Amino acid sequence: MSVILTPLKTFGRYLQLMAKVFSRPERFRMFLKQYITEMQKLGVDSIGIVLMISFFIGAVICIQMKVNIQSPWMPRFTTGYTTREILLLEFSSSIMCLILAGKVGSNIASELGTMRVTQQIDALDIMGVNSASFLILPKIAGLVTMIPVLVTFSMVSGFGGAYAISMAGILTPEDLTYGLQHSFNQWFVWMSFIKSFFFAFIIASVSAFYGYTVEGGSVEVGKASTDSVVHCSMLILFADIFLTQILS
Amino acid sequence: MIEIQSLYKSFGDKDVLKDINTTFKEGQTNLIIGQSGSGKTVLMKCIVGLFVPTSGKILYDGRDFVAMNKKEQAMLRREMGMIFQSAALFDSMTVLENVMFPLDMFSSMNLKERKARAQQCLDRVNLVDAQKKYPNELSGGMQKRVAIARAIALNPKYLFCDEPNSGLDPKTSLVIDALIHDITVEFNMTTIMNTHDMNSVMGIGDSIIFIKEGHQEWTGDKTQVACSDNQALTDFIFASDLLKKARQAFV
Repeated sequence: MSVILTPLKTFGRYLQLMAKVFSRPERFRMFLKQYITEMQKLGVDSIGIVLMISFFIGAVICIQMKVNIQSPWMPRFTTGYTTREILLLEFSSSIMCLILAGKVGSNIASELGTMRVTQQIDALDIMGVNSASFLILPKIAGLVTMIPVLVTFSMVSGFGGAYAISMAGILTPEDLTYGLQHSFNQWFVWMSFIKSFFFAFIIASVSAFYGYTVEGGSVEVGKASTDSVVHCSMLILFADIFLTQILS
Repeated sequence: MIEIQSLYKSFGDKDVLKDINTTFKEGQTNLIIGQSGSGKTVLMKCIVGLFVPTSGKILYDGRDFVAMNKKEQAMLRREMGMIFQSAALFDSMTVLENVMFPLDMFSSMNLKERKARAQQCLDRVNLVDAQKKYPNELSGGMQKRVAIARAIALNPKYLFCDEPNSGLDPKTSLVIDALIHDITVEFNMTTIMNTHDMNSVMGIGDSIIFIKEGHQEWTGDKTQVACSDNQALTDFIFASDLLKKARQAFV
């Protein structure tokens, strides 16, 4: 019975927290300040890791396609074409958000968890501040705002990685360019952005829930951080199935 | 003034507070003392609204805090200041930003006025020079003083201190005690302080309530505490042999 009840209770507590989060900010000036800070912390500071991982994954996908898919019976642009489709449809939105669930999600959970155990959240509550809204809303808004930027950087960097491989002589840049442009469907880019908005909301809200509701000390903060990454990853993969089906 | 009437608090089937009835007067430092686990922190958390009491009333100048809705509680909280055991300063903000925070959130002052008020509060706790530092660059005593400055920024009517001397050396503890007492008198605040520091009890205990196993065991003031014939209180206060001998000599 607890297998069903525990997740339901957790979901109920998550909804209760979100009801507190989505209330009108007490001071818009303070919200704006926090919002800009979170965009910097969660978005801009993640650009480096997104660029690096996307570059290498773009390069690896290109090699794999060339080695395993390309054959004398297939057109030479197949490698570029399949590389583009993988990057646009799945990697730059879903897989990149899984990576961000690790970096950003654990950051949010541990920051809020530490604020909870050091009574900083209690201090806000006693002042009469809606601590959930003050701390979590700017994080959700900041990450959702920055995610299209990160997705764009991921796409560009992934294509850069593929080009780097073509420069190394595995395939010609002309074939790759032709493949990347072949039968291009603009909707795939929008689909990637739309999916990433949902994933960004999952990352920010779920990890904030685990951090905000920590009870105990440093061990529990560590556990909340791990739980947030695990649950964010599972929810992103789960949501990906539905979103892909709906948007395709 | 804060009145507590028939306050009970249970966690599951465990009764942590049982029938607490007391009054904390303004312009006085009202101390709650008792052993660790006696229920004094739970009592403090019930008074400030971090815990909801199982039953009973908490009256802030006649206004029942328990019966208020969330919005009314939030409004009343703006009249409260709190100093936590761990100081609970915001790590990401400088000392000045920490003190300015309640003003940023709730005052209608402009930036210049808010800054001036925060500096005035820091000056009151002799920390103007540290305003650009971050909390992790300060000593424990300095952090507590910043917490006091933040707590008084909005001129609160009620000040709550949860073991403010915890982790401090005796000399710094005296400084913190004196500061809390002076501010209480200066601003005519109702101050409630949780402590098991006997220097605080003897020094600034204008009114003292002794909690034992969730019961209100004894009430009095600093002049009565040393010669009380309540066995539980005497055992608590004069726990060390040195103090026991001193008491015997005194009595």
